[in-house]
Amino acid sequence: MTDIKETQGLILSNAPHIKTGDSVQKIMWLVVASLVPAAAFGVYTFGLHALVLIAASIISAVAAEALYQALLKKKISVIDGSAVITGLLIGMNVPPTAPAWMVVIGSFFGIIIVKQVFGGLGFNIFNPALGARAFMMASWPVYMTTGWVPFSGSNVLAGGVQNAAGLPQQAFDAITQATPLGALKEGPKILQEMNIGIGQLHDFLFSSSMIKSLFIGNIGGVIGETSALFLLIGGIFLLARRIITWHIPVSFIGTVGILAFAYYSAAGLSCPWMAVLFHLLSGGLMLGAFFMATDMVTSPVSAAGMVIFGVGCGAITFIIRIWGGYPEGVSYSILLMNAATPLIDRFTKPRVFGVK
Amino acid sequence: MFSGFKGGIHPPENKHVAEDKAFTNLPVPQMCYIPLSQHLGAPAKPVVEVGQTVTEGQLIAEAGGFVSANVHSPVPGKVVEIKEINTVNNRQMAVVIEAEGAFSSSAQPRQTDDWEKLAPEEILRRIREAGIVGLGGAAFPAAVKLSPPKDKKIDILIVNGSECEPYLTVDDMLMQTFPKEIIDGTRMLMKVLGVTRAIIGIENNKKKAVQALKKTLASMSIKEDIAVKALRTKYPQGAEKQLIYSLTGKQVPSGGLPMEVGVVVQNVGTIFAAREAVVFSKPLFERYITVSGKMINKPGNYKVRLGTRISDIVEECGGLKGEPAKIVIGGPMCGLSIHSLDIPVVKGTSGILFLSKDEVKTGDFSQCIRCGRCVAACPINLVPCDLGNAVEKNRYDLVEELRPLDCIMCGSCSYSCPSNRPLSHFIKLAQAWVRKQKK
Ligand code: SF4
Ligand code: SF4
Repeated sequence: MTDIKETQGLILSNAPHIKTGDSVQKIMWLVVASLVPAAAFGVYTFGLHALVLIAASIISAVAAEALYQALLKKKISVIDGSAVITGLLIGMNVPPTAPAWMVVIGSFFGIIIVKQVFGGLGFNIFNPALGARAFMMASWPVYMTTGWVPFSGSNVLAGGVQNAAGLPQQAFDAITQATPLGALKEGPKILQEMNIGIGQLHDFLFSSSMIKSLFIGNIGGVIGETSALFLLIGGIFLLARRIITWHIPVSFIGTVGILAFAYYSAAGLSCPWMAVLFHLLSGGLMLGAFFMATDMVTSPVSAAGMVIFGVGCGAITFIIRIWGGYPEGVSYSILLMNAATPLIDRFTKPRVFGVK
Repeated sequence: MFSGFKGGIHPPENKHVAEDKAFTNLPVPQMCYIPLSQHLGAPAKPVVEVGQTVTEGQLIAEAGGFVSANVHSPVPGKVVEIKEINTVNNRQMAVVIEAEGAFSSSAQPRQTDDWEKLAPEEILRRIREAGIVGLGGAAFPAAVKLSPPKDKKIDILIVNGSECEPYLTVDDMLMQTFPKEIIDGTRMLMKVLGVTRAIIGIENNKKKAVQALKKTLASMSIKEDIAVKALRTKYPQGAEKQLIYSLTGKQVPSGGLPMEVGVVVQNVGTIFAAREAVVFSKPLFERYITVSGKMINKPGNYKVRLGTRISDIVEECGGLKGEPAKIVIGGPMCGLSIHSLDIPVVKGTSGILFLSKDEVKTGDFSQCIRCGRCVAACPINLVPCDLGNAVEKNRYDLVEELRPLDCIMCGSCSYSCPSNRPLSHFIKLAQAWVRKQKK
């Protein structure tokens, strides 16, 4: 499609005659670049299999897109990098010991069913990577929710989590087998059997040693979510490069923080700030808020819409974490808000200049 | 102070190409091609015949209505033809004059009149007679803008020196070179409008112009309240509605004119020309322009006679460095691309850009990825992506509630779109559809 023609060697087109240097392709590849530090850290901490998973998901996402477009005789657009992002995000969203065939199927599902069937880049309603994640979660829940790498060990950047609250060794071992959010959800049950109160679990999870592990990334979790530090580096890069705006990440993360503060204050925790930090740094919040909720296609177009979207994501995330059936709610919250996006767009049309 | 309007963009300014280049007079062309419709409104009606001899500045076509403008001969010479020619935006009738004989304005010392002794009506009459139109690009007859209906009370004259289009430096140079004349002209127009307040708004990337005007203002002892205000450099700071908002905090109502909030806006170039028209009885037959872009050998700011063809200008500006990819009349955001060098400079021509391939947008457009950049960029708060998608899919039933008529065609949306979508063009189609529907 073009509105440009050439006459006597001169280009004729409508104004404007200049344009921003950011093309779709450039934007997508910059997003890929911004995810590399966190993905590389995941590979570093979880080992070669993590690399196999990421590679398998990227290759199959690209292959799925090319294949689909070739079969339907459409223009093959994998060079735009959007399928690479989807593949990379799928790889980063599975536990480090998941089977490779699973991410291959997941990538095909994400690209073909969630993205291409709706019309391809720009027309899909749901974030393809998150659609794939939900699909894998429903199909292979065991692979998706177990096989965490225990976080009592240490890696080159961070020592193991200390048993700050003085939990019995047996309880400490059991709890650190899961993800931190899993421990928050399942911990009370495990500890009850040992006649230990929830206060001690909180003391452990909301300790400074725990927060440090969460920040640097020495915890159990899916491949790409563990290091808040590296995710923040990528996120700040995207903000600085103006690929994304602050609206979604800040409102998303801010809402989780405010709700955590309110909830733990009401619960009588002496230092709710540590609980707030725990919630902000754990799970896929950084990954989701900076890289998945900000997916342009599936989030609102106006600033006001983005803020509502972010607040909605944050609220749903926190509700699922505390009261829901899953330990973690970031991906479902984003998917739910994806579904609400057309509605949000409708009701957040900016007030036109000069109209009362 | 207001931080300015919402939205907008920061395209590379590229002003350095012609910046600080003092004005050079381009030689008078042998042949002048003077279109009869160089302004908004009805075309002027020719009052000369083929074969007739004309003097420099002689009326050759008179205004064809209230919203119209007189046209004068830029050169002394002979009318050789009255025919249809290609102009920037259309094919239209033009008077072709071959230069010969003596130049009065360059040869004789000009007679000067003190405008302060003239009645406002007389000043206005001279401006109308001289065929002055908005020189910022819109070419709206100045006298019409300066005579608002009696029931509209005007209290501020805003002088537009923002020159927010990339590349263009002609207004900047005008303010640096003639600060006294511009302030004097401002005072003159204040008298016409009967206002006591004027604000000269200039983007803060033109520090020298701001300083020149401020210094001159301080050195003159005048009774009127004239302020020089530096504005944030942001496109489209010079769009009337945005400029008024940035300077006064007032929003011109949708579909309305600046006078509805008590404001009249005139461009610095227009003010300069209006003053010359009144003080020197000089009709508008020449103007200042910027010639720029990577492909011209001598970019700069020039004074040219109207009717000079682009080809003559290329020659006088040292020729081209190579084949330009695009030639644009006006600025790169709102200007028009042309394919022929035979097109003449008219009253509304603020610049001519000879752009290389790497300076212009090229390539196909693709589907919208909903990035929202166009929404963030739109100074009017429209949702350009929705408008573009509706027009592309021929869903004109959806466009009206998206208010395409509020669009000021600034092009910020198209500029920002990573999918290269010609959004403002789509919106123009939507506008045409809505206008047709309303009839
Ligand atoms: S929609 Fe119109 S006013 Fe808004 S940015 Fe585009 S061209 Fe400018
Ligand atoms: S800038 Fe282009 S791609 Fe982005 S939302 Fe607007 S039309 Fe769509």
